[in-house]
Amino acid sequence: MKLTVNALLGATALCTAFSAANAETLTIATVNNGDMIRMQGLTDDFTAKTGHTVEWVTLEENVLRQRVTTDISTKGGQFDLMTIGMYETPIWGANGWLVPLNDLSAEYNVDDLLPAMRNGLSHDGTLYAAPFYGESSMIMYRTDLMEKAGLEMPKAPTWQFIREAAAAMTDRAADINGICLRGKAGWGEGGAIITVTANSFGARWFDEEWNAQFDQPEWKEALTFFSGMMGESGPAGYATNGFNENLSLFQQGKCGMWIDATVAASFVTNPNDSTVADKVGFALAPNSEGVEKRANWLWAWALGIPAGTQKEAAAKQFIEWATSTSYIELVAAKEGWANVPPGARTSLYENPNYQAVPFAQMTLDSILAADPNNPTVKPVPYVGIQFAAIPEFAGIATEVSQEFSAVYAGQQTVDEALAKAQALTTDAMEAAGY
Amino acid sequence: MARAVTNNRKALNTAIAWAIGLLIFFPILWTILTSFKTEAQAISDPPVFLFFDWTLENYAVVQERSNYARFLWNSIIIAGGSTILGLIIAVPAAWSMAFVPSKRTKDILLWMLSTKMLPAVGVLYPIYLLFIELGLLDTRIGLVVVLMLINLPIIVWMLYTYFKEIPGEILEAARMDGASLKDEILYVLTPMAVPGIASTLLLNFILAWNEAFWTLNLTAAQAAPLTAFIASYSSPEGLFYAKLSAASTMAIAPILIMGWFSQKQLVRGLTFGAVK
Repeated sequence: MKLTVNALLGATALCTAFSAANAETLTIATVNNGDMIRMQGLTDDFTAKTGHTVEWVTLEENVLRQRVTTDISTKGGQFDLMTIGMYETPIWGANGWLVPLNDLSAEYNVDDLLPAMRNGLSHDGTLYAAPFYGESSMIMYRTDLMEKAGLEMPKAPTWQFIREAAAAMTDRAADINGICLRGKAGWGEGGAIITVTANSFGARWFDEEWNAQFDQPEWKEALTFFSGMMGESGPAGYATNGFNENLSLFQQGKCGMWIDATVAASFVTNPNDSTVADKVGFALAPNSEGVEKRANWLWAWALGIPAGTQKEAAAKQFIEWATSTSYIELVAAKEGWANVPPGARTSLYENPNYQAVPFAQMTLDSILAADPNNPTVKPVPYVGIQFAAIPEFAGIATEVSQEFSAVYAGQQTVDEALAKAQALTTDAMEAAGY
Repeated sequence: MARAVTNNRKALNTAIAWAIGLLIFFPILWTILTSFKTEAQAISDPPVFLFFDWTLENYAVVQERSNYARFLWNSIIIAGGSTILGLIIAVPAAWSMAFVPSKRTKDILLWMLSTKMLPAVGVLYPIYLLFIELGLLDTRIGLVVVLMLINLPIIVWMLYTYFKEIPGEILEAARMDGASLKDEILYVLTPMAVPGIASTLLLNFILAWNEAFWTLNLTAAQAAPLTAFIASYSSPEGLFYAKLSAASTMAIAPILIMGWFSQKQLVRGLTFGAVK
């Protein structure tokens, strides 16, 4: 017996020594948002389980994108893990810049990842980044204002209903805007909402031959509708409003409806920050009458490992910890189910505790309504809903969104903006060899 | 009567100066005030100015989340190191251009300044690759060298301007008394140009302290200065304005304090030679 105890103690000591000797310090680049900050606060749990420590490099989303792109494309090796999105992952995976995540443990249960997320973070069927949280877009609306307007929000409304409801809810004297949408230039800001709006009117960025499609009637209809509705019922100066500006307006009770990221649901229903927390309803993003596609986007912030890192094994351990079901349970235990990272795992939406969260089901329905392989009615040669997963897209879409913002600001007409968008996109695609 | 007019004019000038000063300072004041608000108060419309529930919560959160001392230390080393290294190189260069000019001196000065007109992002990749080769990524020494090179044209220009104001005859006299070149620069020129050197030092320290392109792109976890500290609180998807303001206030506080105590030298140096 004594021999056995000694042997066990010796083995434990050896394991501890081995573990300490193999303890790594991981450098992780990440974005600044609530879920990521929460993860940073819980890193001690990972260290306790694995012995590895973590150095965080937290940056604003656009700075981070530029920073990690520079590093990975030059093989700088500054980061062992990077927080990247659905736009970068398939492109970087195809370039061989990311370590394939095809050997995650059975306990991790990769099949539990929501199929839309898994597909969006894969290239040729290989997963290159694990989703930390995912989001789509949906309608958040004021139930009291909707009732006052004598209307009832359908679960899956059309744009035509939204316009009518927005006009009915608008009360300029009381500083209430019927609808708040992003108009700010930038492919991930105003570019995202106008692209999904265009999808839901049957428009597309490119045809199967990579020809720009801004000269097609669907784009004109979508942009005319969008700018017209916002002119009637949107906030003044919406051409410069992004996510934060609209969140601020909604939380202060100045928006009747807001169509934006599903993650915003937890912000607008948080009584500490929102004056209308108990008066918010949710509905699917709208479509134009007769068009089957809705204005749902799909996005995930995911963890990927740059190829060439010397700490691949430890980095994979971190991914398995941060994107696991046990991490979700850890957050739920400390901060409640409404604060767990949403939109990544199927099992989360089967959990009765999470089903009780008011926006959980609508978030799932919105994610399921988004199909990155078939983002619009007509066939397209690209993957992605609010973006086309090609390296040239970010630059082109930023310029196009600037033209559209100029329409919102009343500086040019819809026709002028579309003509410029068509010309600049055609030039850029030809220069890129498409 | 004449005295009354003069006094009225003085008061008016003072009032205008204060108004302009407050206008320039207002963004900093607003940042400082916002840092003491809750996130909800930070975005309230109409905005609240002074009458809100003052809180230190944002500072506590920032302190808990970030290793402020490390960011601060990196800023001090990077800004201080690049400024001192720049001065060591620029003093002899400016001396040479001011007192032993050639017919190409003006062209060289203009050419040096023209390097400031190139957008930094244009040379990001070459410098990044160079840093990988030299193992300088995320090191303080790498940033000291880069920021010194970036600010060197300004340092040389400023010193050149100050040195030009010093009569060459004084240096000639020193030479006749047997001073070597080193003695001439160290013991004759430098003491006479102290206000100019001090203001150059201060201005370049501030420029290096505030530099955000290279410090964000060439650092990760180890050498990141306060600019990276501020960037870590900015977010396009989430309202963190009060925390961002607290981080900004903490980042600018050392330089504000330094500027306050050295304002006399700074003003004296910046106006050195302006009025003959």
